[in-house]
Amino acid sequence: MLARLASPRTGGLLALAVVIALLPLALTNKYFYDIAVLVGLNAIVCVGLNLLIGYAGQISLGHAGFFGLGAYGSAILASRYGWPPLAAMLTTTLAVAALAYLVGRPILRLKGHYLAMATLGLGVIIFMVITTEDKYTGGPDGIAVVPLSIGGFVLQGERIWYWVVGALLLVAVWLALNLIESPAGRALRALHSSEVGAEVVGINAAEHKVMAFVISAVFASVAGSLAAHYSGFVTPGKVAFLHSIELVTMVVFGGMASTFGAVVGAAVLTTLPQLLAAFEDYEMMLFGAVMMGTMIFMPRGVVPSLARLFQSRRQQPSSGEGSGT
Amino acid sequence: MSAQFTQYLLTGLTVGAIYALVALGFSIIFNASNVINFAQGEFVMIGGMATVSLIAVGLPYLLAIPLAVAAAALVGLALEKFAVEPARGASVVTLIIITIGASIFLRGLATIIWDKRFHALKPFTGDAPITIAGATILPQSLWVLGVTLAVVLALSWFFGRTLLGKAMLATSHNRLAAQLAGINVRMVLFLSFGLSAALGAVAGILIAPITTTSYDVGVMLGLKGFAAAMLGGMGSGVGAVVGGIALGITETMSAGYLSSAYKDAIAFVIILAVLFFMPSGLFGKRGGERV
Repeated sequence: MLARLASPRTGGLLALAVVIALLPLALTNKYFYDIAVLVGLNAIVCVGLNLLIGYAGQISLGHAGFFGLGAYGSAILASRYGWPPLAAMLTTTLAVAALAYLVGRPILRLKGHYLAMATLGLGVIIFMVITTEDKYTGGPDGIAVVPLSIGGFVLQGERIWYWVVGALLLVAVWLALNLIESPAGRALRALHSSEVGAEVVGINAAEHKVMAFVISAVFASVAGSLAAHYSGFVTPGKVAFLHSIELVTMVVFGGMASTFGAVVGAAVLTTLPQLLAAFEDYEMMLFGAVMMGTMIFMPRGVVPSLARLFQSRRQQPSSGEGSGT
Repeated sequence: MSAQFTQYLLTGLTVGAIYALVALGFSIIFNASNVINFAQGEFVMIGGMATVSLIAVGLPYLLAIPLAVAAAALVGLALEKFAVEPARGASVVTLIIITIGASIFLRGLATIIWDKRFHALKPFTGDAPITIAGATILPQSLWVLGVTLAVVLALSWFFGRTLLGKAMLATSHNRLAAQLAGINVRMVLFLSFGLSAALGAVAGILIAPITTTSYDVGVMLGLKGFAAAMLGGMGSGVGAVVGGIALGITETMSAGYLSSAYKDAIAFVIILAVLFFMPSGLFGKRGGERV
């Protein structure tokens, strides 16, 4: 029982649930709730993206594109065409999954820098289509979005959203942890260490990579839809290259191949700009410096680096377990 | 050949020459270190902005340009020393994030040193358009083409004839073998950042009189330069030049004949199409994965 509680799947999930349940004690005003909701939404994207980057070992510099498609899909269907928000969200998610599947096949044959280029290109193309087709998207000005309503119940206000996003984050983490421990997750890790090696033992590398790509795109799309309904407005900034970079940075900052690392990364890097805003003109420079600094001194990310420190203090240094390269 | 076509071709060549210079910067750093330097576009920005400032304090072009290039080269060397060198051996993703962090840092620094406005630079030699075969070309475009040609020739001499150039080339072929032959590969890596930064700065100074410059001018130019380098095949000098010119011409042609709204997107559509069919670009090394 105790051993089970210490495992990341049960224990970690429980710890996360406790944090989400107790956090409101520290959230003394609406502004804090707002940041917490943004953290949760980014964390959902990062948990999905981590499956692709951390476990399958494939980089994507274009995930803001999927986030944006989710946001704009929901916005256009629900606000312009008056669809019920849930139906709009579901349709958008399915469409994004189909798109990710279609482009994932040829794109994921590429490796390393070429994959980075292709995903970057995909994200930029989505961004440009969204800013140019202003008839539907409102162009650079953005588009207003109706609030999320389920049945007759309208979700509005930071507090309600906090619990909705918190619950969805738990679901996302639970799904990711289960996937990682399933045969498919082991296959992903195997092809991360050596794609040829994985294929030799009978793993269909292409299929598994595309699976991770589609799942991460779906997580991003759902988070995008939710973000659109939550803030009541979408602008192309959420689709831009810089947002893709922020998402990847969150995953790597927290620690690749660590689901809770992705959550921590999202939390830190979503809050950081709020703190740095106090430095006004110096905000951008400091953000860049923090990005460089953490990557130089903790190239494996915060959570694995700290976990290692903790482990090596508790026991004789043992290699292998928990490193999750 | 219609005058319109000639016009697009000339404009495309000018833009393409700039992409080629940026792409060469990407390739040189990639060859020395396998790092994709996403701060490459910021060197372009530093070149342009520094020249604007130096001209503003009254320096002539002949003095302002070398100083601005030197400033960018120093920033490049500092980037290598303080951000890339300490992270040696980190994974591709980590290095990409470090250089992107550097690019954000440099953009932030630029907003403090300068501002967030657009700055115009006076053309080097007048702005009376010259007519060629029914199309017009700005004297500045001729400067862009001429200087790019000179830089490409100088680089091919440098890499083909000088000891240092050959050492850099050897390092790109096989780092370990180069080290065994007595080449200081760390010095090569260090210098390659300076050289790339200088190339980027030259591009930024050349284009500033045509397009104006600002603190974030490097973002799109950096991405396009990266796309051009990829199109030609990352690490290939010829590829970078051909990729840059090809990208510039296709972009201008499609903006002229198809849709100017999607001008910037077209570069990336081409890149995706090429990568789907030729995963290592036009001139890239074709190599299998090592187990």
